[in-house]
Amino acid sequence: MNRTRLIEGRTALLVTFAVGLVLAWSLAPAVWQALTALKPDVQITKVPTSYLPHPVTMQHFASLWERKPLGLYLANSAWIATWATLLCVAVAAPAATALARLPGRGREGVLLALLMLSLFPPILLLFPLYEGVRGLGWINHPLALVLPYAALNLPLAVWVLESALRALPAELDEAARLDGLSTLRRLWRIHLPLALPSLATTCILVFIFCWNEFMLALTFMTRDTSKTITGGIASVSGASLYEIPWGQLSAAIVIATLPLILLVLLFQRRIVSGLTRGALKG
Amino acid sequence: MSELSGRDIVKVFPDGTRALDGVSFAARPGRVLTLLGPSGCGKSTLLRIIAGLEAPTSGTLQLDGESLEGVPAGRRGVGLVFQNYALYPHLTVAGNLSLALETQRVSHAEIRGRVLETAELLGISDLLDRRPGQLSGGQQQRVALGRALVRRPRLYLFDEPLSNLDALLREGMRAELKSLFERVRATVIYVTHDQTEAMSLSDDLAVMHSGRILQQGPPLDVYRRPATVSVATFVGTPRMTLWTGRRHDAELVCRGVRVELPLGLRSSAELCAGIRPEDVELSASPLADGWPARLTLVEPLGAKVLLTLRVGDEIVRAMTEPAHWTEQVWVRWPRDRVHWFDAVSGDRIEDRAEVRGAT
Repeated sequence: MNRTRLIEGRTALLVTFAVGLVLAWSLAPAVWQALTALKPDVQITKVPTSYLPHPVTMQHFASLWERKPLGLYLANSAWIATWATLLCVAVAAPAATALARLPGRGREGVLLALLMLSLFPPILLLFPLYEGVRGLGWINHPLALVLPYAALNLPLAVWVLESALRALPAELDEAARLDGLSTLRRLWRIHLPLALPSLATTCILVFIFCWNEFMLALTFMTRDTSKTITGGIASVSGASLYEIPWGQLSAAIVIATLPLILLVLLFQRRIVSGLTRGALKG
Repeated sequence: MSELSGRDIVKVFPDGTRALDGVSFAARPGRVLTLLGPSGCGKSTLLRIIAGLEAPTSGTLQLDGESLEGVPAGRRGVGLVFQNYALYPHLTVAGNLSLALETQRVSHAEIRGRVLETAELLGISDLLDRRPGQLSGGQQQRVALGRALVRRPRLYLFDEPLSNLDALLREGMRAELKSLFERVRATVIYVTHDQTEAMSLSDDLAVMHSGRILQQGPPLDVYRRPATVSVATFVGTPRMTLWTGRRHDAELVCRGVRVELPLGLRSSAELCAGIRPEDVELSASPLADGWPARLTLVEPLGAKVLLTLRVGDEIVRAMTEPAHWTEQVWVRWPRDRVHWFDAVSGDRIEDRAEVRGAT
């Protein structure tokens, strides 16, 4: 009894330690970034390193806000990422529903083909996409990013949604067929509501990708008012070629990351409530 | 009240499995037709074809004289109660019941009225706002029934609806289904592997085996005159005792025991004699025309007791009153209660004298 408790205690300690290590490993850069954003300039480059900002300053945020239309960048990013996510999921959901009901061989073939597509490095697509976007006159137009973002994320979205939809019992679909629901109505009334947690996860993943995407955003959005937040941050430069404004860059990164964190927290509660709904006995 | 008939229905799955091998049947208006058979006999496949969830490889289905070929499941006017209920987990009970009506052109007031009426009929009125996850098995079963009832289909289909319930609940639901069938007066096709269920619920019984219907008729007829050895062993519990032997003069010679052949029996060298446990007469003292038997196993079933006896080298099972049976007993079977089958084909051989006497 005592012995098992001891072992349990030791295991708990080890697990806590391991979790702490992982947390430190993944969060350290972000924390460092946030601390840098709050340090006065002299402290950022000081040797030996000073870890905590003293005094805490909002000076980088203030000067950055003056120099760059950050609000506009954020709005552009949100607008483009939202439409790209909606478009991507709107195409992926019916595709995944159909795939989930294909017999084994066919389904696996299509899924593998999708996986292969997502293996291409996006930089290969840059030139053809650029030619296309320029030809259509879409430089600086949101569509230039919305369409490629939606397309690039399709494989991921289809994979996640397909596995969720395949887990639904076939009888539910059959019951709905007998109830006279058309294919689209079954998707809307039965499949998507039941796959809601996975749908939310897919949306978050796609949205985060779109929000963080840099290469296409930098290439297609050349006008300052059209830039997304990633491109915008890249355009934060110092007074001279040799000066890197670490403080302002860090502040910009914090500003770019905060909305994402808020979004994930918000959705996470949705996911959890979606999972537990109806499971409680009344 | 609708009438459904199927002719020569064959279903071959892509992997080559022949699930149905030329099935013809008729479901009479306002009657309950039960498809009874062991698992894998094709009964559920037949039900799915009737529902429109699968297409037959060949053969035709007619509902009230109209062909069902190419008619999608939602337009056939059939209600199916699934084995695992298949309720929509994200909708309330009311939502589960009304979804089918929403797709038809039915007004909101009418939907509400019909949902309430159905819930009333099934005694689930106070559950309308719950979700399926909050209901017990029996309650889910009622909702599944309600989902079929609320649409007022021409044909009701049941796919082993009671098999997921525990024994006590099953018996209660069986009685409820029976009275429901009588009240609704609808045409019902009911699939089950439980022959007690089949006996108690059906007006017509179709016994299936390896993709074929072996026998179709009123349940008592099937019980009294099983058409093949398979039907004889599948219908009736405890199952029929079967002895195989060779014909010798007016007797069938089995291992250590002989059974007297009826006079009108068509000649066949190898025969099977079948005796139902409830038809075996037992006595503690010697019986005229009886055989001495040794008692090997006693299984009390409550009101009755099932005895396993050894006669010669054959085994016979007998159902009788609970009493203290000694090891040595005498058994006898009335000649007209013995079922005869061809040992090779398994088909029933009619005792012509008996047939004449019956008609």
